Amino acid sequence: MKINSELCSGCGACAAACPFGALVIKGNKAEKTDACTDCGACASACSFEAIQAGSGSDNGGDAHDLNSYKGVWVYLELKDRQLRGVALELLAQGRKLADEMGQELAGVLLGDNVADLANEVFANGADRLYLVEDPCYGRYDADQYTAAMTELINTYRPAVILLGATHNGRDLAPRVAARIKTGLTADCTGLSIDTETGLVAWTRPAFGGNIMATILCPNHRPQMGTVRPRVFKRAEPDCGRTGTIVRAKTKATTSRVKWIKSIKSLKESVNLEDAEIIVAGGRGMGKPESFALVSELAELLGGAVGASRAVVDAGWMPADHQVGQTGKTVAPRVYIACGISGAIQHLAGMQGSDVIVAINRDASAPIFTVAHYGIVGDVNEVLPALINEIRCATA
Amino acid sequence: MEQDVRPKTADPREERTLKIVVCVKQVPDTTEVKIDPKTNTLMRQGVPSIVNPHDKHALEMALSLRDQLGGSVTVLSMGPMQSQEALRECLAMGADHAVLLSDRAFGGADTLATSYTLAAGIRKIGEFDLIICGKQAIDGDTAQVGPEMAEHLGIPHITYASQVEAGADGAPVRVHRDGEEGTEILEVKLPVLLTVTHYGDGPRLPVVKGIRRAFRAEVDVWSVNDVEVDRNVLGLKGSPTQVRRIFSPDKRCGCEMIPGDACAAASVVATKLRELRIIGVGS
Amino acid sequence: MDFKLTAEQEMLRKTVQEFAAKEVAPTAAQRDEDEQFSRDIYNKVGALGLTGIPFPEEYGGAGWDNLTYIIAVEELSRACASTGITFSASISLAAWPILAYGTPEQKKQFLTPLADGSKLGAFGLTESGAGTDAAAQQTIATADGDNYILNGVKTFITNGGEAEIYVIMAMTDRSKGTRGISAFIVEKDTPGFTFGAVERKMGIRASATQELIFRDCRIPKTNLLGREGDGFKIAMATLDGGRIGVAAQALGIAQRALDEAVKYAKERRQFGKPISSFQGISFMLADMATQVEAARLLTYRAAYQKDQGQPYSKEAAMAKMFASDAAMQVTTNAVQVFGGYGYSREYPVERLMRDAKITQIYEGTNQVQQMVVSAAILR
Repeated sequence: MKINSELCSGCGACAAACPFGALVIKGNKAEKTDACTDCGACASACSFEAIQAGSGSDNGGDAHDLNSYKGVWVYLELKDRQLRGVALELLAQGRKLADEMGQELAGVLLGDNVADLANEVFANGADRLYLVEDPCYGRYDADQYTAAMTELINTYRPAVILLGATHNGRDLAPRVAARIKTGLTADCTGLSIDTETGLVAWTRPAFGGNIMATILCPNHRPQMGTVRPRVFKRAEPDCGRTGTIVRAKTKATTSRVKWIKSIKSLKESVNLEDAEIIVAGGRGMGKPESFALVSELAELLGGAVGASRAVVDAGWMPADHQVGQTGKTVAPRVYIACGISGAIQHLAGMQGSDVIVAINRDASAPIFTVAHYGIVGDVNEVLPALINEIRCATA
Repeated sequence: MEQDVRPKTADPREERTLKIVVCVKQVPDTTEVKIDPKTNTLMRQGVPSIVNPHDKHALEMALSLRDQLGGSVTVLSMGPMQSQEALRECLAMGADHAVLLSDRAFGGADTLATSYTLAAGIRKIGEFDLIICGKQAIDGDTAQVGPEMAEHLGIPHITYASQVEAGADGAPVRVHRDGEEGTEILEVKLPVLLTVTHYGDGPRLPVVKGIRRAFRAEVDVWSVNDVEVDRNVLGLKGSPTQVRRIFSPDKRCGCEMIPGDACAAASVVATKLRELRIIGVGS
Repeated sequence: MDFKLTAEQEMLRKTVQEFAAKEVAPTAAQRDEDEQFSRDIYNKVGALGLTGIPFPEEYGGAGWDNLTYIIAVEELSRACASTGITFSASISLAAWPILAYGTPEQKKQFLTPLADGSKLGAFGLTESGAGTDAAAQQTIATADGDNYILNGVKTFITNGGEAEIYVIMAMTDRSKGTRGISAFIVEKDTPGFTFGAVERKMGIRASATQELIFRDCRIPKTNLLGREGDGFKIAMATLDGGRIGVAAQALGIAQRALDEAVKYAKERRQFGKPISSFQGISFMLADMATQVEAARLLTYRAAYQKDQGQPYSKEAAMAKMFASDAAMQVTTNAVQVFGGYGYSREYPVERLMRDAKITQIYEGTNQVQQMVVSAAILR
């Protein structure tokens, strides 16, 4: 990034727009500090065209060597011995990337006795399945899975790896990325191929959802990224599709962490991340007792109960119901926001929902900028009416 | 009446003493950040800087363990000199020592370079039993630095830790890990790195004496020369990921406002839910 | 002239704000409605260390300054004026005279628990016949061997009934006029010390205000604070400092009223616009903001003066007078900005207005303050 000091007026708009605080005004001219990451936000903010955005730094990597990495991989996470929804969504999106890159799509499956899932993997678009079976992979374990993934990567050298941004996905991906010493982009909401460079362009929210950033990993392989569940849609499975199974053998390793047991199974009402329907309440509910309406509607619809941060901070609801940047990120089919104003940090946690219905007393509440259907009214009147309608409808 | 319940003497023969390092980051309060409607860019000016909320929960876990079992808590941060304010707040909450890694060479780092630098700082701090980090920073939102640090240090890590039970000296600890479906209990020998979203009832407030102590304490500031690092792996140069561009999220338009009173509106919503096959399908 | 607070003081302010938002504000309206004093809240105020701010470390304090203590009073009062005065009366009116005039033994026995918050203090000067005419004390203390025997009734005593430690003025020698008044430390549960009527008040309803009744109450001679005849001097000096606390309480109330009015004016829409866009409202808010700022500067200056060891009676009186009048005006205008909703107990501003009134009256009515200021400038 270069600043043309002749054109620079010292107005400071660039410094104000810099997410990294990397610009200072000295002697009425803008100067960059070492916190600069060349993101170009300043160039957009400058009305004097005094800033030329950089084209990225060259930090090593042999071009020939980089090109020898081929293929798009999708890490296939399991839940109860079934492929997680996000794995299928990533196969669909991975298929698009692979086609654009003219390369193969492969699934990576670590597990114990899971070969029967191969057909589903191919039906969802994969050309190849790297299958690693052993009792030690029966349950997710960071040490075992990191070692296995690293071995596979070093042996088969994929260009791109996609993982679901689930609890385990976000546990595994950074460990692998650090072991391989490559770039990882988290929680992507958009994936595409950058036409200029042929690299994967990873688009993701930052600053609590206030801005979007597009990231590249130019000089390291594989390019890695995690994607939240329900950001992409699954494809229609093509049961006629077949593919190649590669049964990979990995070196045995011991895990430093021992699984003892599961305690506290989350009630359906709290499993927000997997829920298809969520009814959520905010401060607009008025008082803690009014949350009974939210719970009632959720139960009626067979959904989970969500809460805004304000309500959790006020002690009306426990923290595991919190939806938002510092709470859980959800993407249900239906999200009913009751008395929630729609602070950006809350929106960051739920705007991926398919259908958002918002009820709020204030017509100018930001929630209505992301809602598909809005009702301006008193939640304590609308919710009982809605509960009544639904009871009649399902009677 | 004071909240300070630390044991007066930490005799290793009598009590378990834990050396805990907590990594914290000073971040802009993203709840206060606005977008300039004219240029569609971030307006960062005037936004207060705070200790990353998840890091405060991580610190609370560390302080609770120390209060219970004895030991020390050191807070470590990487950032500009202004980050000393965040470290002081941690000292006021009760941390024993504070270290800031600050140098131009560290600037512009992505998560890999950041985690590498922090790991170098921890090696210089010396022996440790536990490293506790907030799950993610509210500006970067990646949740990557914790596990990457563990990899650099060659120690195991556990994410989404909500509780730690320590037994007799030398015995492995039990960690509660939150998943989508529930909580698991894992057992691991120290040292281990944990990442935390929420802990207990939340971070304690600093007490008055803690604030006084914090402002009389020294924050150690280390430059690139104070730690053993390979300069090629630092800062912007050592970052495999690069920001291509930053832009404002699209504003979705067209919220269909449902008119009428509560009953009329409820009726319309019920119809939509039926259309979506959420209700009326025998569920 | 440096108008900035230190980073340390800013951290203290932020801490008290967070504490007040979590522990004090949520129950303020209900406690006002129920006239409910909360010892639980005061215990938490103590646990946080606020009660020790201006006292030496050797007595359990933080060894900090009065300005920092005043900031704590302001921020607590912003959430709940009753909590603010409970705190300020204990620290400024009970603990401070023991610090300033007590023997080392008295400080150890009585100041330490007040500073660490384990005990609550109160100050008993006012009687039914002795308000502004404070010297007209009817309560008497008769020397008897190793004891004094107290007889009399004190009225309108803040923290009365709840406090454990009381600093009481009583007449030891009527022939000497004001020089015949002495100060005593009396503990709750001393035989002969009971409580009378609980005041039913317009505002600060969650603050305990009760009559103290002394009937042949026997206290040890060692509970005499200062020397015999020092009582009036002790009382006046104590009230000088207490005034700064009341000014801070008024400031907190006014700031809260301003915040609520500004927020409401931005949200409330009439004629298709937020009412803040009408100059009738915005000019009112501008005047309110200016009064709050001026009250702040006077209050902080008085506290600063005290910390510098300089005389501060005049400044304290000016601060109390100005801040309390400001609070009354700002809260009244806040109710006005809210319109009909301002009059309803569902909204916080009517309580602020009821709470503000007392600040113009207690710890020396504003007329007394005028006497203090005019005496100072006409010397």
